[in-house]
Amino acid sequence: MEQDDKVLFMSDMAAQGKEPEILFWVGCAGSYDTRAQKITKALVKILNHAEVSFAILGKEENCTGDPARRAGNEFVFQMLALQNIETFKMYNVKRIVTFCPHCFNTLKNEYPELGSTVEVVHHTQFIKELIESGRLQVASAPGEVTYHDSCYLGRINDIYDIPRDLITAMGKTIEEMPRSRSRGLCCGAGGAQMFKEDEPGDKRINIERIEEALETGAETILVNCPFCTTMIEDGLKAKEKQESVMVYDLSEMIVQNNGWN
Amino acid sequence: MLQVVIFLIILIVVTYVAAMRYKRIYRNIKLGKDEDLSGDEAQRWKNTLLVAFGQKKMFKRIVPAIFHFFIYVAFLFTQIELIEIIIDGVTGRHRVFASSLGMVYTVLISTIEILSFLALIATFIFLARRNALKIPRFHFDDMGWWPKLDANLILLGELALVIGIFTMNGADMALQQIDPTHYPDTGNLALSSLISPLLFEGLGKDMLVLLERAGWWLHVLTVFAFILYLPISKHLHIFLAFPNVYFARLRSRGAIMNMPEITKEVSSMLGLTEDTTDMSAELPEFGAKDIDDLSWKTIMDAYSCTECGRCTSVCPAHITGKKLSPRKILMDIRDRTEEVAAHLDTKDDKLFPTRQPSEEYSMKHLDDGKSLFDYITREEIHACTTCNACVEACPIMIDPLTPILQLRRYEILTEAAGPKDWTPMFTNLENSSSPWQMPQERDAWVES
Repeated sequence: MEQDDKVLFMSDMAAQGKEPEILFWVGCAGSYDTRAQKITKALVKILNHAEVSFAILGKEENCTGDPARRAGNEFVFQMLALQNIETFKMYNVKRIVTFCPHCFNTLKNEYPELGSTVEVVHHTQFIKELIESGRLQVASAPGEVTYHDSCYLGRINDIYDIPRDLITAMGKTIEEMPRSRSRGLCCGAGGAQMFKEDEPGDKRINIERIEEALETGAETILVNCPFCTTMIEDGLKAKEKQESVMVYDLSEMIVQNNGWN
Repeated sequence: MLQVVIFLIILIVVTYVAAMRYKRIYRNIKLGKDEDLSGDEAQRWKNTLLVAFGQKKMFKRIVPAIFHFFIYVAFLFTQIELIEIIIDGVTGRHRVFASSLGMVYTVLISTIEILSFLALIATFIFLARRNALKIPRFHFDDMGWWPKLDANLILLGELALVIGIFTMNGADMALQQIDPTHYPDTGNLALSSLISPLLFEGLGKDMLVLLERAGWWLHVLTVFAFILYLPISKHLHIFLAFPNVYFARLRSRGAIMNMPEITKEVSSMLGLTEDTTDMSAELPEFGAKDIDDLSWKTIMDAYSCTECGRCTSVCPAHITGKKLSPRKILMDIRDRTEEVAAHLDTKDDKLFPTRQPSEEYSMKHLDDGKSLFDYITREEIHACTTCNACVEACPIMIDPLTPILQLRRYEILTEAAGPKDWTPMFTNLENSSSPWQMPQERDAWVES
């Protein structure tokens, strides 16, 4: 494929009187964080290879408000949310795909009460859909990985099997951590913790988690959340293991397996 | 006859005091804000059957689940025997169901005996887990002397109940041989028929009558003591677990309780609706500072909490040595509720400065200079990652996260305080719609 990094904007499509199949919700991390931008680009490649008609909002996208709401600032949350919902209405958005479980949760579970009717899926769900409908082929490359359940995809939205199915489809075997699925341990970033210093304690939460991940012996840690990615990589750096152990979002692993880098 | 009189007096006093104490719990729960938790009865009954009656969530930890199940089933079945005990006590008859039920009676009481024996084993194991093995979650920092004593008192009470039953039944079986007219045939009771020859045969009739009565009174007085003790104990869960599960919130865990009053204001600010805000109105308080700002369900959560510590043992903040303990949040809410309740009961006018003589003593007039923040520190509520591990862990569907977020709302929206790092985050969200302040545009990555 010539241009697998092609990205269209909702505003441009609307100007041509077109509506894409899905809105790709990039999120703040995916837009600004240099590490998470790689996940954004991986997902763009997957969408293009599967010939999905998609667009982004670009400058018209606001934070969903998840950190504001969880920090207790309902005003800021609702300001952002109501503006986003207006944007969805303006572009007649019907379906959103996002790789950030925090965005996913807020858009899916919190926006309807404020007037949104958009269907929201996490990229792991969407990718599985693409595979099942034959639009996407995933190359198999054997290997051993461990998988970190993010709280907002796992415990909060009960999505445990879909990401694991994708990992198995890539030919990998999963060395589960003792605390997995509904018992998965948080990476420490949720609830707006990402944006503040920790309270005094014995250790950082991501260190507790990375120790558990390293004990599995797997040299690849797969994640489904840009904030988990940051926290787990920081933990690896603290353990000086960033050279020997790799952290990838599931979409990055697919891109790598399929040789689309 | 004397026994009947004594029993009736005790029964009337216990019923009266218990009625007052449980009415007080009901009033205390109602100190919380209204929250509509009706609807979807099918799902609610399903939860009640599976999670409350079926103990589904207990079975995530199999060892305590099995032993807890013994005590729980023994508790449920013993209620049948309790009906007979009360009828006997009031009428002065002896084992009123024995002759009419016949074989069924033997099976029923034998079942209760086997369950009581299993409960006895469980009680010893639970005493050992708390006091000898010192399972960590029973000894975290949030467990003071009272919660630890409370737990042991309950277990000792359970021992008394079981000892009462076996003394009563064992002595009875021996008496059936000596005096069949006064002691109707119960058939061979599963365990008493084994115990009786070892402990009670060969004793004189007077001694056996004394032992049988002692066992009967020990059992029934322990039951009464439990009924009166529960309202001040964590053991209240044996009743409240059921309504607490029934009324558990059914909305997605991912959806934090909405604040429609803010939607109204933000909509008009954004020009989405006609401005109807009354600017002269006093600024409302948002979030929760005291228990009357919390939902009644959160107060019921606090009264239902058994202080098992499953929530705290999986809390990432607690695991990594931070002060937050979800269990302590619930215990604090109950303690503060009890403090407020005590003020409402003593009716000290000094504590109700704004109350007019014609008005009732209510929380809106109470000013004792205290709030939930005297129990729960800022450091605790700031440490929560909203990971929902505590919510998932609770066997009776208590939600510790909602009050934590309501306290945060009070801090941020009403006090304009909170962690200093969050101030720039809010500013960035308002000005550039992202938690970070970034020099480049949101879509700059497309070209990079």
